[in-house]
Amino acid sequence: MPLPAEFADLEPYADWALPTEPELYAKRLASSMEEMQAFYDAAFPRLEDAIAHIDGHPWDDLPDDARTLMHLMQGLIMASFPVEVWKQPRVPDSGAAYLDLVVEPVV
Amino acid sequence: MAYFPKPAAGSWTENYPELGTGPVDYRDSIDPAFFEEEKEAIFRRSWLNVGRVERVPKVGSYFTKELAVVGTSLIIVRGKDKKVRAFHNVCRHRGNKLVWNDYPGEESAGTCRQFTCKYHAWRYGLDGELTFVQQEEEFFDLDKSRYGLKEVACDVWEGFVFVNLDPQESLLEHLGEVGKGLEGYPFHEMTEVYSYRAEVGSNWKLFIDAFAEFYHAPILHQKQAVKSEADKLANTGFEALHYELFGPHSMVSSWGGMAPPKDPSMVKPIERALRSGLFGPWDRPAIEGLDPLPPAINPSRHKSWGTDSFIIFPNFMLLVWAPGWYLTYNYWPTAVDRHVFEANLYFVPPRNARERLGQELATLTFKEYALQDGNTLEATQTMLNSRAVTEFPVNDQEILLRHLHRVARERVAEHRGEEARNAAAR
Repeated sequence: MPLPAEFADLEPYADWALPTEPELYAKRLASSMEEMQAFYDAAFPRLEDAIAHIDGHPWDDLPDDARTLMHLMQGLIMASFPVEVWKQPRVPDSGAAYLDLVVEPVV
Repeated sequence: MAYFPKPAAGSWTENYPELGTGPVDYRDSIDPAFFEEEKEAIFRRSWLNVGRVERVPKVGSYFTKELAVVGTSLIIVRGKDKKVRAFHNVCRHRGNKLVWNDYPGEESAGTCRQFTCKYHAWRYGLDGELTFVQQEEEFFDLDKSRYGLKEVACDVWEGFVFVNLDPQESLLEHLGEVGKGLEGYPFHEMTEVYSYRAEVGSNWKLFIDAFAEFYHAPILHQKQAVKSEADKLANTGFEALHYELFGPHSMVSSWGGMAPPKDPSMVKPIERALRSGLFGPWDRPAIEGLDPLPPAINPSRHKSWGTDSFIIFPNFMLLVWAPGWYLTYNYWPTAVDRHVFEANLYFVPPRNARERLGQELATLTFKEYALQDGNTLEATQTMLNSRAVTEFPVNDQEILLRHLHRVARERVAEHRGEEARNAAAR
């Protein structure tokens, strides 16, 4: 599903619009820092606009394009950890540890 | 350089003289024989939290719980009378596991009117009663009333479901003062849940240890904060606001949270934008019950209070956060050096994208920290296994660990004594 028309500038990063944490976490680990930095640089300045757009609709009945935008902003949060602090996809000193999200409220 | 006052005894630890202040022997975390004793002395006769009532919202809602530590699987189900019951997940005909999906070892959940065995279609009501036997006339004097599902003690406290294979006391007696002190917290309003699971290569007590002290936080998690803040935290170290022991249970009350921070540059850009972070969304949800808080929460009534961690013996932790949400940890041993770790984060359901993204950030931040915590555990376990060193100095901010290991050792020793007396009587 495409993004709302006024967020067409974020279409190149639409592959980050994933509905679940396991998908987003896998995307993060499979991405390079350059890719995540580019996504972050494009999406972070649009975060406030995105929230305003989504919250212009009833939360329990989002149109599909607003839902896609919501998923993209969830992707932004995921990408923010490597970009803002770690400078690498995975949290440092976490080695082989894993923690699977098995139940989550999917938007 | 004490920032927060300690008890008149001079330290939190000496406030409980029975704890002693000597080094702690960690062979209780590596000895397979001790683990076998823990199963009998602790897990088989303790109230064990298996989840929340929200998992069984309606008549016929059920979930199964694999309890390797006591060698069984349970069905937790809400009956027609609305009562939540627990049964051993075993068909009375020839022992097939009654409720499972494709893989018998995996937990399952759903809603049904009755349980039907996959093997020969024996059926059981939600109250465990055997209601149908395939080709009943082929059996010999089968009295169906004697072949209901085998029930396990099950009780609910503040919406938390507990089971006990061999109760020595009621759930309320077990929870005692700490249970009373927490009653009234609006747990039931916080139904937006995120559930995490991992298999961890360490003794179950080692992960409780990791979450029972914050002495490690300024060091292990140093890189999680912005540089200037991390340096400050590492220099200051950690001091809790309050520690308290309640029989086998215990709690630590901690400052922190910065919700909102005094200076926005103390936190990351995404936290500033979404007004959220490790301690949760900065803006409290609009629900009743957060002010005033029940007496066990923020017991020192400190204005810098951030979070309280309660250890409910043996393997359940409850963390209440100042901005109005909570999380739970359950540690399920599978071997002396392995356990399944479950974490559940509970929020008031969000009303819009802004609130939801704040919860999402708090949840993801939790995972970043927990991955660092979890990763130290296997390293600790392997070196404890070496037995090169068996005793370790434990400081005053680690009082809860000292207490936990002491209670485990005591329970095992009591049980050993009981067994010896029983053997002598025979």
